[in-house]
Formats: sequence, structure tokens, C-alpha cells
Amino acid sequence: MSNAFPIVYSGSALTPETPAPTTPKQVPHHGGPENPSAAALRARFPDAVQRVVVMWGETTVYVSGGSLLDIVRWLHDDPGQSYEYLSDVTAVEYRDLDRPIEVVWHLRSLAWRRFLRLKVEIQKGTPLEVASVWPVYKGADWLERECYDMFGIRFDGHPDLRRLLLWEQYKEGYPLRKDFPLRGRFSRSEQLRQALAALPESRYSMEELSIVDAFDELPADMRRRLRDGERTGE
Amino acid sequence: MASKRTVEVTLSTTGLDAQGRPVRVPLTATEDGTPVALEAPPSLEPDLEGEHMLINLGPQHPATHGVLRLVLELNGETVVRCIPHIGYLHCGFEKIGEYRQYNQIIPWTDREDYLNSMGNNVAFVLGAERLFGVETTPRCTVLRVMAMELSRIISHLVWVGTFCIDIGAYTPFLYAFQERENVYNMFEAWVGARLTTSGTRVGGMAADIPDGWLDRLKQFIRTFPGTIAEIDALLTRNAIWTGRTVGVGVMSPEDALNYGLSGPMVRASGVAFDVRRDFPYLDYETYDFEVPVGTNGDCYDRYLVRMEEMLQSVRILEQAVDRLPDGPVNVDDPRLILPDKHKATSEMESMIHHFKLVMEGPRPPAGESYVAVESPKGEKGYYMVSDGSSKPVRWRIRPPSFVNLSAIPKLVEGHLLADVITINASIDIVMGEIDR
Repeated sequence: MSNAFPIVYSGSALTPETPAPTTPKQVPHHGGPENPSAAALRARFPDAVQRVVVMWGETTVYVSGGSLLDIVRWLHDDPGQSYEYLSDVTAVEYRDLDRPIEVVWHLRSLAWRRFLRLKVEIQKGTPLEVASVWPVYKGADWLERECYDMFGIRFDGHPDLRRLLLWEQYKEGYPLRKDFPLRGRFSRSEQLRQALAALPESRYSMEELSIVDAFDELPADMRRRLRDGERTGE
Repeated sequence: MASKRTVEVTLSTTGLDAQGRPVRVPLTATEDGTPVALEAPPSLEPDLEGEHMLINLGPQHPATHGVLRLVLELNGETVVRCIPHIGYLHCGFEKIGEYRQYNQIIPWTDREDYLNSMGNNVAFVLGAERLFGVETTPRCTVLRVMAMELSRIISHLVWVGTFCIDIGAYTPFLYAFQERENVYNMFEAWVGARLTTSGTRVGGMAADIPDGWLDRLKQFIRTFPGTIAEIDALLTRNAIWTGRTVGVGVMSPEDALNYGLSGPMVRASGVAFDVRRDFPYLDYETYDFEVPVGTNGDCYDRYLVRMEEMLQSVRILEQAVDRLPDGPVNVDDPRLILPDKHKATSEMESMIHHFKLVMEGPRPPAGESYVAVESPKGEKGYYMVSDGSSKPVRWRIRPPSFVNLSAIPKLVEGHLLADVITINASIDIVMGEIDR
């Protein structure tokens, strides 16, 4: 079989003298060596980087939401950083409801063998919106959709921000928010009633229905909702 | 909006009219009596050029490995568009975890990626231990490596068996599941459960290995490569097998990284990314093993990578057996580990510790940690945020097969419908982990 692609080796940007990575031992709670990318970010984006925290050996950079996409794009493209791998996108809401909601990105640089956590804080009372990193990482597609599904955070620039794990007509809100009760907002009888009353067509997206023109046969309210892209919940 | 695409199919058969009566076709002849060839009857097949068909693959379909639903737009037999739907098994693990103590979450980790339950248990407590700032004992570290590699072997065996069944080969499935049974028997002897093991605790393990267990493991290490060789002999050079897998579902290394693929999916594409080696945990850097890497990124390479990984797991197991030290399994910290039962019923201090641990649970300092391990499916991460109470503020699972599956439209579009089954099986999805 021919070798069609070059093999991408992780750690390729490091010099051969760099010691091989080892299991972290005796990691302090606070402090410790900082990821060099944090200093580079502070130098490159002095206004956007709010603070840097090193906790349990993991570097967290708090950035402002407005310049998130620029920062992520630079981290991805700059050969000195080359964060080519997006591990995770998620959000955190604290039990202290006055604390801002944090949107969290976990990035990996395979070439430099680095791990970086980016955070954007969204104050309560402001619209839960942040830029999508989908233009840089295609893998953010479902991760951001899940985050929208569970927290109601809108990712501007995401091509298809629909509910993912829950169905599109889910009306109870965003389950991982702290004001959402563990058993759900509706009673079991109401949940059952809604499940039985649902139309089979409601399990298809507008995109799918347009393939077979079943869209025109839907009830008027569902057509309007699908067409306007109205989001359920809240 | 596209034009109306309802396909009108004429319900008739050659020689019958619309009511089903036989049609008498008069023989025609020229005036001098010589017969004339009849014109071929007009084709009854409607012209389907440009007509696309909507197919709903799943959620209840044996080849979707659970309850995955793929809405496929087909042009003939070629997939034009694929729209996946997930969430049929969603039960809110992450929400439930916010109402549970750390040790009480461990049973939930069994149930997400249920083929790798022991590996998930280990991964979760690694994250929790970083949050608690605990270092485990040397014996516990080696036992956890054994647990992770054995569950990797289980998961890959199930994968290769079901992948074979999806493509149409049945025998390798039987070989694979027989070996899997051996590993499950070993887990049963170790922690008392087969599938939902809950084998770890924050700061240690639920149990030390029983007497004679290492001999069973050595026996397994001796015999298991033979099974792999049998499966390999059946499949690797099989014409049907290669015909169904070579060149199907190709992913370039750049795309594989950009789509966030991990584990065998990204390694088959030629990216040598293995969390065990690049971001080590459990002293994996001290073990001698190779990271197999594919060249073409197709389903065949994914098969080769996983087969080789099983043999590398056996290598790691051999080294782990050799180096397993004696000593305690659990850390010596009464704030984390339950006291012995006889002490809890006879000593006042142990009883208080027991009561506090059961009723309140151990409390980590406020903070957060993200610990990723190399699960059989890829990078599995547990992100935990604590506010200093005994229950996490946020418990996030980074599911590898969730991200791997999200690339399925990119993988299947342009392929035949039959290849959708192959590609979907090659991703190695577990819907319990995807939907959580």
C-alpha cells in the first residue's frame, strides 16, 4: 500500500533533546510552571487576556469573548503554538448564581505537547452569546451544539445550531443550568402527554423535510417554527 | 424550495393491463404474410434521473450499534447527504453527577462507555484524584494499568466482532467474544462484576486482586495472541474483507485532526497521537509499547490499527505483571478511604471516619481538573469543577466516540449506502457514551 499521507508525529516541533513527557507527580494546587502559550498570548493580545490561572498543573487563560475567535485562530495557525486539536467545548455554571457562566475550551498542541484551557466569562443577565470556533475547528460542531442544548449558550457563526441530545421541540429549557430541577420542569404526565402528542414529522429537521418536500404538508405552526428557526425552551 | 419529487411508479406488469387482465397482443404481419418484429414495449421504469430518496437508517437498526439514526439523502445508491440524530439514550449523567459524591459517580461511569467500564472507572478517579491532590500507591497504579489495558482489549474485541458481523463475517465474532468472556471472568473474580465493574475508588481500588489472579492473567497473555492470529488469518488478506474496507471512509490526517478525531480513528489517518505517550498518566511513559499508525486512513487501516493495539496491550500487560509491587492498594488517608469494617464497628475513631465518609463524602479543595486518558475509542476526558463541597459543581465527560461520530457526514458522503454500514462500524461508537 502506498504511503499517501505524511505521518504527523506529535512532538514534532520539539528538539530531540526535549525530555519525553512524564506522568505529572506531586502537582501543586496553585502555581507551578505555566504553559508558555499563556505568556505568548499576553504579549500578542494584551487587551484580551484578562488573567491566567495555573491550577493542578493546568493553565487556564481567561479571555474576553469579543476576541475569542482571533485568539483561537492565532493559536491554531501560529507555528509557535500550533494548537491543532480541540479536545472539548463545554460550560460551567456555579452554584453561586452571581458568578458568571464560564465557557471552556480545551486545546491541545500535539507538535509542542501542550495543553491549554481557554475560558470566557459571561456575566449573568447578559445574553449568553460567544463566538463559535467552528471556522477553525470543524470538530467544534457537535460540541457547541451540545453546549447550546444543555446551557443555552449561543455560538455565533455556528452553521447549524440546533439541539443535539434533546429533541428540537423540547420546551423545558436547558438541563445543565443550575435553575433546572433534577427531575425536569414538567411533570411526568405532562412529559408523557407531549411525547404522545408529537408528530412523527417533528423528528425531522427542516433540512431533511425539504429533501422530500414533506415540509409543505406540515401543520402551519410547525412550518412557521421550522422556517423561522425559532428555538424552543426558556 | 426544490421541486416536487414524489416518484410515480406505474403499477403494471408486462402482458397485463391496469386491471390485471392479460393483454392480447395481435401478431402483425405484412400483407405477404411475413412476420414483423414487434417494437420493444416502452420501459415501465420511470426516469429517476435527479430524483433523490430519503432513507431513515435507524434508530432501531442492528448495524447502528445502538440507537443512532442517520437520515440519508440518496442519489441512486450514493449518499448525497447524511444528517445524524443522536440523543435517544440521553439520561443526563452530567446533571446527575452534580447531585452525587465523587465515589457515587463511579457507577455512572460504568454505564456510559459500557464496553470499557473499568477504563472509565480508572479515568474518572484519576481526574478526581487530581482534584483532591492525592497520589496513589505504586501497586494501585500498576493494577489500574492492567484494568485499562484489559478493558481496551475487551472493547477492541467487541469492535472487531461487530464490525465483522456488519460486513457479513460471523466466525471472527465468535472467536472475539470467547476471549472477551475470559476477560470478563477475570474482572468478575477481581471486583465481583462483569460489565458494570465500579472497580475503583478515589484513592485506590475497590478490591485487591484475589489469589491466583495473576496466573489467570498470565494464561490469558499466553493464549490471547493466538486468537488474534486466528482472526488475522481469517480477515487481513481476505478478498471480501479488503474489498469492503480498503479505500472506504478515507480521512486525511489534516481533516482527522481538525474534526477532533482521536484514538484509532486519528491514528489510522496517520497522526501518531496517543494520550498514553504524549500526555502520560499512570506512569505509561515507563512501559515499552508502540503506537501503531495507519497510512491511508480508511476502514482497513482502522482495523489494522486496532488489531495491533490489542497486541501492544498484551505487551503492556506483560510488563505490568512483571513489575507489580507488593504493598497497600489504597492510600493511607482516612478522609478518603473507608476504614475496615471490623474497625468501623469496634473503634470510635474509625466509626466517625466511616460516618463522615458515607454521609458527607470526601471534600476536595475548590478547583478544577481535566484529565484525559486513552480510552479504546480515543481521548476520554473528565473535566471536574469543585467549589469545595463534596459534590462536583460540574462533571463533564469528553466522549471520544461522540466527537468521532460527528465526522460521519464527512466520512460517508459520496459513498454507497452499503459503505455507510462499514464506515459507521469502523468508528467504534458506543451510544451510551455518545448520549450519556
